[in-house]
Amino acid sequence: MKLFWKTLIVATVLATASHAESLRMAVTTSFYNSGLSEILLPEIRADIGLDVELIVVGTGQALALGKSGDVDAILVHARAAEEAFLAAGYGTHRREIMYNDFVFVGPDDDPANLGRAETAVQALQSIARAGVVFVSRGDDSGTNKKEQSLWVEAGIEPEGVWYRAAGAGMGATLNVASGMNAYTVSDRASWLNFGNKGELVLLFAGDPALFNQYAYIPVSPTRWPHVKSDLAMQLENWLASDRAKELINGYTLNGEPLFTFNATQ
Amino acid sequence: MDSIGQGFWDAWGLIISLDPDLYEIIFLSLQVTVSAVIIASVIGLPMGAWLAVNRFWSRRYVIAVLNALMGLPPVVVGLFVYMLLSRAGPLGGFGLLFSPSAMIIAQVIIITPLIASISHQTIRDLWAEYHDLLISMNATRTQRITALLWDGKRALLTATLAGFGRAIGEVGAIMIVGGNIEHATRVLTTAIALETGKGNFAFAMGLGLVLIVLAVIINLLIHIIGKTERASTW
Amino acid sequence: MVSILPLEMKAATASMRGKKLVGPVNFTLETKGFTIVVGPNGAGKTTFLRLMHGLQRCAGGQMNWAVPADEAQQKQAFVFQSPIMMRRSVVDSLAYPLRLRGVGKAEARTQARECAARFGIGPLLESWAPMLSGGEKQKLSLARALIIKPEVLFLDEPCANIDGRATREIETLLKTAQAAGTRIVMSTHDMGQARRLGEDIVFMLKGMVHEHSPAEMFFSTPLTAEAKAFTNGDIVE
Repeated sequence: MKLFWKTLIVATVLATASHAESLRMAVTTSFYNSGLSEILLPEIRADIGLDVELIVVGTGQALALGKSGDVDAILVHARAAEEAFLAAGYGTHRREIMYNDFVFVGPDDDPANLGRAETAVQALQSIARAGVVFVSRGDDSGTNKKEQSLWVEAGIEPEGVWYRAAGAGMGATLNVASGMNAYTVSDRASWLNFGNKGELVLLFAGDPALFNQYAYIPVSPTRWPHVKSDLAMQLENWLASDRAKELINGYTLNGEPLFTFNATQ
Repeated sequence: MDSIGQGFWDAWGLIISLDPDLYEIIFLSLQVTVSAVIIASVIGLPMGAWLAVNRFWSRRYVIAVLNALMGLPPVVVGLFVYMLLSRAGPLGGFGLLFSPSAMIIAQVIIITPLIASISHQTIRDLWAEYHDLLISMNATRTQRITALLWDGKRALLTATLAGFGRAIGEVGAIMIVGGNIEHATRVLTTAIALETGKGNFAFAMGLGLVLIVLAVIINLLIHIIGKTERASTW
Repeated sequence: MVSILPLEMKAATASMRGKKLVGPVNFTLETKGFTIVVGPNGAGKTTFLRLMHGLQRCAGGQMNWAVPADEAQQKQAFVFQSPIMMRRSVVDSLAYPLRLRGVGKAEARTQARECAARFGIGPLLESWAPMLSGGEKQKLSLARALIIKPEVLFLDEPCANIDGRATREIETLLKTAQAAGTRIVMSTHDMGQARRLGEDIVFMLKGMVHEHSPAEMFFSTPLTAEAKAFTNGDIVE
């Protein structure tokens, strides 16, 4: 018995000791769900010997973690919020890395006729007109913010029984949409990786308005002296490198490319 | 439901193939929860006994608060611990956020009231039985509490196991303070939440099965250890 | 060694929730003897014993041992009417009072074994105390009380719930303890037992010490009419 407790205590102490050369980065759920990180992280470790620990959260929470200095860098997709973050002095600068896109998914029989829409705005208008159920993330995430801005452009105040704010992450929201056989907006990666599609299919995509820019922001060492600024810089250089370009552009899911590298080199 | 069967099958495949990632997650789950249960027991059991043995004016309020704390949503605890341990928080300097230590702290806060409350109820009954004897023997306050904890150990094991059950299945708090970082703070419950989010219901179910089997094994193990200490009943 | 006796009680009372249970009592517990407390149900025998032992707070009057109360408490023991069994084995139950006094574990167990043998529960050493029979439990209670070699032993109707044979064994053990110098105070309903063991008799009635006389005198020529009626087996209230 005594040995058992000793082993336990030792194991606890050992496992809670910190790792060497690691960097914490808050990333959005949509990025993580794409599976791209599983390709990139081992390469980063091999190339520059850096262990990147991902905290997977919504954009809102990712920015909050950066603000309070709990991560060393963030990789998010919500331009206005990012700029506010920088303006408040929480980050050193913003570096665009790549983009993917958002897609409209909905029931196979497409009662709102999204197949005929030409722009994202038209797609939303036809959903509102048809009064079919639309599930929103409703969690202030990057995806949610994008959706909100599209409603504004469409001149529609989304409310009523047909508009359901799930208040959840992308996966959970897709689960809700699948369960209710409803429309929703998802990032392409989460959609392709989603395993519970049910009767949902991809109905509309391709409008440049739906492009989803990911940007990398190191947390300011002026505000939080403990952040690993050097490592964050190394990571940024790697993310903007030719090696990263090759991996990002070459990443496919179900045979479809997902991301387009667009960092200025 | 083919997918449930499929999930169990997948999980089983990972178990027998000794998948290192799976075992890492299992080990961390156990390590975090067992540490939390030990710490919470060290705090909660004597606290319950102390509340049972002592009479003071605010006693009933303390017990009411304790019982109320049992119902505290783990997410609130998680948020509270996050704000404590965040770099921007009062204990930020320790850099404990997103570490197993942070998860242990959150779980200790969640299960200590539970363990203390069950321990209080158990010890109160035993104290009613022992009261005259221990007073007659002139046992000091500490000696009384020690005797009650020791003689009530079988019932207190239930309190500890209840704490274990709540901790091992907890996800809301440790997701926030642990961050679900692969190879660092990912445990069974956060992995299940992650797979559910990806719509991989079958695999999530499989992990759930692993969790339940693990909990059953631990319970049995504890009971077997408890019994071997003394052959006679209760 | 300084004796904790005599115990002097002057107008001592015991009450619960404002209701007086016993007293005022003027009573002296002398250094030697075997005192038997008798009286009808509800006369306050148990409360009187508990008051002397300190289990019942002295609500009024004075109660003084020959030494400070803390010191006196260390040299007394109490056997309850329904035995309180700790959830331990017999040997651990016996070792417990010694352990409380700081005796080492091995030494305490050795003494416990010897004590169990003396009290006729040697074969039960490893048994689980709460599983013993009524008689065995009471013998264990007695052994557990005497293992610390108390100067004063209180017993509250120790034989009320056990059979004749166990009663005889307990009486023998009590006589041995008395011979070894233990001051014994015991309440009982059994007049035969009172005659067999008692050196002096305290007759209680309505919470008061109604009469206190040597045993022979109490049973032959009681001072009060109530005591006379009681020894005759009449109902006294």
